[in-house]
Amino acid sequence: MSAPTTRRIEFIAVAVIATLLIVVFPLLNSTGVISNFTLNLWGKYLCYALLAISVDLLWGYTGLLSLGQALFFSLGGYMLGMHLMRMIGDLGQYRKPIPDFLIFLGWTELPTFWKPFSSFPFAAAMVILLPGLVALIFGFLAFRSRIKGVYFSILTQALTYGGSLMFFRNDMLMGGNNGFTDYKFLLGADVRDASTQRALFIATAVTLVLVYLGCSWLSRTKLGLIQRAIRDGENRVLFSGYAAAGFKLFIFVVAALIASVGGALYVPQVGIINPSEMTPDKSLEAVVWVAVGGRGTLVGPVVGAIVVNALKSWATRAYPDLWLFFLGGMFIIVVLFLPGGIVSIPVRIKTWWARRAAANAATSAPVAP
Amino acid sequence: MITKFTTLLAAGALALGASFATAHAAETVKVGVLHSLSGTMAISETSLRDVLLFTFDEINAKGGILGKKIEPVVVDGASNWPLFAEKAKQLLEQDKVAVTFGCWTSVSRKSVLPVYEKNNGLLFYPVQYEGEEESQNVAYTAEAVNQQATPAVDYYLAEGKKKFYLLGTDYVYPQTTNLVLLEYLLSKGVKLENIGGGFKRDESGKIIAAGKYTPFSHTDYQQIIAEIKQFAASGDACVISTLNGDTNVPFFKEYAAAGLTAEKCPVVSFSISEDEFRGLPAKQLVGQLGCWTYFQSINTPANKKFVADFQAWLKTTKAPGVVKEGRVTCSPMVLSYVGVYLWKAAVEKAGSFDVDKVRAAYKTGLSFDGPGGKVTTQKNMHVTKNVFIGETKADGQFKIVKSFDNVYGEPWLKGQFKAK
Repeated sequence: MSAPTTRRIEFIAVAVIATLLIVVFPLLNSTGVISNFTLNLWGKYLCYALLAISVDLLWGYTGLLSLGQALFFSLGGYMLGMHLMRMIGDLGQYRKPIPDFLIFLGWTELPTFWKPFSSFPFAAAMVILLPGLVALIFGFLAFRSRIKGVYFSILTQALTYGGSLMFFRNDMLMGGNNGFTDYKFLLGADVRDASTQRALFIATAVTLVLVYLGCSWLSRTKLGLIQRAIRDGENRVLFSGYAAAGFKLFIFVVAALIASVGGALYVPQVGIINPSEMTPDKSLEAVVWVAVGGRGTLVGPVVGAIVVNALKSWATRAYPDLWLFFLGGMFIIVVLFLPGGIVSIPVRIKTWWARRAAANAATSAPVAP
Repeated sequence: MITKFTTLLAAGALALGASFATAHAAETVKVGVLHSLSGTMAISETSLRDVLLFTFDEINAKGGILGKKIEPVVVDGASNWPLFAEKAKQLLEQDKVAVTFGCWTSVSRKSVLPVYEKNNGLLFYPVQYEGEEESQNVAYTAEAVNQQATPAVDYYLAEGKKKFYLLGTDYVYPQTTNLVLLEYLLSKGVKLENIGGGFKRDESGKIIAAGKYTPFSHTDYQQIIAEIKQFAASGDACVISTLNGDTNVPFFKEYAAAGLTAEKCPVVSFSISEDEFRGLPAKQLVGQLGCWTYFQSINTPANKKFVADFQAWLKTTKAPGVVKEGRVTCSPMVLSYVGVYLWKAAVEKAGSFDVDKVRAAYKTGLSFDGPGGKVTTQKNMHVTKNVFIGETKADGQFKIVKSFDNVYGEPWLKGQFKAK
């Protein structure tokens, strides 16, 4: 198959899936065929898919195993969460105009840094700016010092762990262990309404499609080529005259932003953000989705995030005592027998089929006259 | 043509579904069980799952509720708070359970609360908590602060203690409890300088936090214990601990190593029950106090029967994942058990499983004679119950030293006690 044909098939597939997600599913939901619960669940999976893409962009495409993506995901969630907390107004448990947890901490007025979050545009801008800035500073320091491989993984893991410890503290004034919950309104609409949840699902689906197309385009540019070159032989890239650090920093910030937007879309759909979302094991979970789906591809992380989480949703209900063994077993099987992940299954079948055909041809050959 | 066909199909499916539903509903009523069966909270929460299954079997054996058998729908919240919200939605919207028994941590309750309010579901919550909440969709069988912390203070005062050291894990429950305790102690005439652990004040000088706090999984208690030792030098001091989970192990180890004993300076803990001693060394805690609305050592026929029945059930049950050896009963388990029976009483009084009707019946002051004595429901969705104070024994059981009868559950305590 030539490259343009593959491109065309990919384009058609993306178009079909995009229409399904953005138009068909929401329509089926509004007519009652797909339940609100199912649509909401899929909204969550798609947010996880964004997180998985951000992991894969670094791990699969650039060879940087970042275990800190949960931090950016949560930071995005927290930024929008702050706005959602402000929109509760005086409908909290204490019927006061500031969030409940501030009252429990003895505050009677809003702390200064909370004030601008009453504005949605400000909160939305912060979803981009804060994680972007954190990634920029951290990435600059890490890549300038040429930290790579397992050291990079450990450092990013420490970063997200540090973040979770900070947010666990009540003094931080970000809700401590309980985080933010009990949202009421977003842009004037009731967050708990089916129509709002549907709109959030569409927004997530649109974001995912755009991110997919963006990353797909990026991987075809010269930058994408350098990205993969860094993965396969960083020293050669350096000696060819490219400043690898700058490229890595760019990708690191882009990946952080993808995760952050995913987190911001995630929070109003699941209804809670708290510091346990930024513990290192959440980042590891995302790495597992990518491994299961197929790393180094763009479809892989999306497939992995959806398959693993759908399996988790189903099994925690159907086999509440055994589901961890299911998931564990699946990861072992993938690592041992399917290093390319789920998306490599068609190719594997094709090569197996071709080899069998070749073997058949070989055995039948001597019989021919 | 197509539309006609789909309508027909939909109508057919609906009719089929409805007929299934009615045929099914005649025999069973679905009840949700929402606890963490994996992750950090699993060690505590699986016991509640077990006792709930036991209770359902007990009720089913006697004919169920309104002629219907209870069909438990067990899900795993996996100590993952967003997953708790997802599972709650699943129970309410997909399985359409009549009631849910579940949650342990405050954060899991806060996570599912909007789901229960939105779907008008009913959640029975069995674990001691900070109060400051009164949802119409939650039946709090849990101990409120005045059913655990303030009785413990009363006990200490009667024992002649003059100095109180407040220590806890940094989250909502300890912080709120200690603020209430501060007000309570001051109202009882204890001087501010005799309350240890430190205070935090806002700009106007008002105290906004009281007590010493350590993060979850904290291990280094050396400095805090040195402080307590100094505080307790006068011999009339005690410690009120709201430390949670595994931090209790290094705390009590260090406490004993520093030469502090229950005679010199007793510690009352609100998070250590019989069930926790399955993972905690009880030897280091001998003589230290616990305060709950139930102890396994309660010497009544009702409790003895409950304990024996539970042990017998453990031997015969085929439910997956139930640990059979070394099992004990504890307060959160009994409050889960009691919750099921109170719900049953409310359903029977209402003559319906409808949440609004059940809630109305629940608020009328229903009583149930449980293993810990009589429990009565209140208008504010909490329950009146007995409170016990016990001394830890080397076998992980408690010797009851004091009991308070029929304590009213009050969730709103901040600002209730005025200093003398």
